[in-house]
Amino acid sequence: MKQYRIDPSNGLEFGLYSIGDHTLNPFTGSRISAEQRIHELIEASKLADEAGLDVFAVGESHQTYFTTQAHTVILGAIAQATKRIKIASSATVLSTSDPVRVYEDFATLDLISNGRAEIVAGRGSRVGAYSLLGYDVRDYEELFEEKLELLLKLNTEEKVTWEGQFRAPLENASILPQPQNGHLPIWRAVGGPPASAIKAGIAGVPMMLTTLGGPAINFKGSVEAYREALERSGFDTKELPIATTSLFYTAENSQDALREYYPHLNLGMQALRGGGYPKQQFAQAIDYRDALMIGSPQQIIEKMLYQYELYGHQRFMAEIDFGGVPFDKIAKNIELIATEILPAVKKFTTKN
Amino acid sequence: MKIVGLSGSKVGSKTRTAMNYTFKSMSEKYPDAELTLIDLAEFDVQFSDGRNYWEYEGDTKYVSETIMAADAIIIGTPVFQASIPGTLKNIFDLLPVNAFRDKVISMLVTAGTPKHYLMVEQQLKPILAYMKAQIVQTYVFIEEKDFHRKEITNDDVLFRIERLVEDTVVLTDTYKLIRKAKEAEYDF
Repeated sequence: MKQYRIDPSNGLEFGLYSIGDHTLNPFTGSRISAEQRIHELIEASKLADEAGLDVFAVGESHQTYFTTQAHTVILGAIAQATKRIKIASSATVLSTSDPVRVYEDFATLDLISNGRAEIVAGRGSRVGAYSLLGYDVRDYEELFEEKLELLLKLNTEEKVTWEGQFRAPLENASILPQPQNGHLPIWRAVGGPPASAIKAGIAGVPMMLTTLGGPAINFKGSVEAYREALERSGFDTKELPIATTSLFYTAENSQDALREYYPHLNLGMQALRGGGYPKQQFAQAIDYRDALMIGSPQQIIEKMLYQYELYGHQRFMAEIDFGGVPFDKIAKNIELIATEILPAVKKFTTKN
Repeated sequence: MKIVGLSGSKVGSKTRTAMNYTFKSMSEKYPDAELTLIDLAEFDVQFSDGRNYWEYEGDTKYVSETIMAADAIIIGTPVFQASIPGTLKNIFDLLPVNAFRDKVISMLVTAGTPKHYLMVEQQLKPILAYMKAQIVQTYVFIEEKDFHRKEITNDDVLFRIERLVEDTVVLTDTYKLIRKAKEAEYDF
């Protein structure tokens, strides 16, 4: 785990992420400016850093209702604004980027942040980036596999010679600047089903698994498939970390959490998927067996420890702003994480 | 209450004729209902290419958004090769998996032979159930011999159409009440 800058004996890592959500606030019916949203995210990263959280991540989504398309630029501001917290993408849509530029950006971020940068490479669950940036979504799978291969090669070799279908060949190329200690942690972003988890295992890449809701046990299949694939490819499962992600909202008690968050979740789903979130399903979500991270701090702790038993993962990433959650609530969430959730989770998962 | 009629084929006139009867009965019996009839023969709907339904343009966008905004949908379909027409299947393919959650769907079918009677049970209902529709279980099955020159001549079919109209509205109202009462319990 050391090459991924994770020490499991320090307990389960807790990170926050945003994909730059920019929907309107259902309580006010209005939408803040993109400028304000971006500044608030940088502000949130400072709070998370001061509160002792482990990771802060920003992802890209190239369409309406999002603001952090240029996520690496924002991560640069966050690198400057923070001191200790790790900085990652959540995710970088590698399929529509040049791996060389991605590596240059994150190596630079690593230098700005004094060795805190990580790449989470994904294919994008929304396909807006493809037509916008000149890629054919029919190459969805091949684009990503080829580019991830190249990105991993850039991370291990000093002089890179490479040839592929979607990018000009490299001949003995040096990628500059290099990250602080020569390597970056590079994760593969994986959706629910096991197919992509298996690919991460075959390549021996850490897995960031989305567990956006429904029974947590449904995702165990992907965790197992990943570890099996690692073993088949000759990797040590103890050396490769797993992270999970989910939508997150907590308040002093579960009823407040449900009441405050439901309109955001419902509106966000309506905007992004064309259908709201059923109340019946949402009412079930506070059960400790459901993966959606919603509830009182105590319920969140129970969910996290249950999942820790289930998956044996090393990091949990919370999406803190889905559906236009305003900054004062984000700040309140960070406070509850820092004062109530994190101490309990660390206490039960720290091994020394 | 928004009710959309969806006549699912570009071929022939019998399904459309049956839909006209159905909508006439509906407008007489429920003058307050907001009725929209979509006859796929009159629209140029493109094949689903994986986009979100609201990201299409023109007829494709209009048809899919109108269906998504409905409280109830009455689907009229002929039988093609022992199944529904591709035009109708394409409408389902354009929509998200849970598109019919909280919607009531009823059906009428036109067919050349009684041998197709179970097509709805085997082909259409599984799709609607997968997409979370509240299905009006009894459908109207109309054979070629029930038509004469764009009129329905079988009284049994006419009575059945009236019952289908009533069942569609009654179930839509009922489910709405049940849902409201249940959601009021949640307190969020």
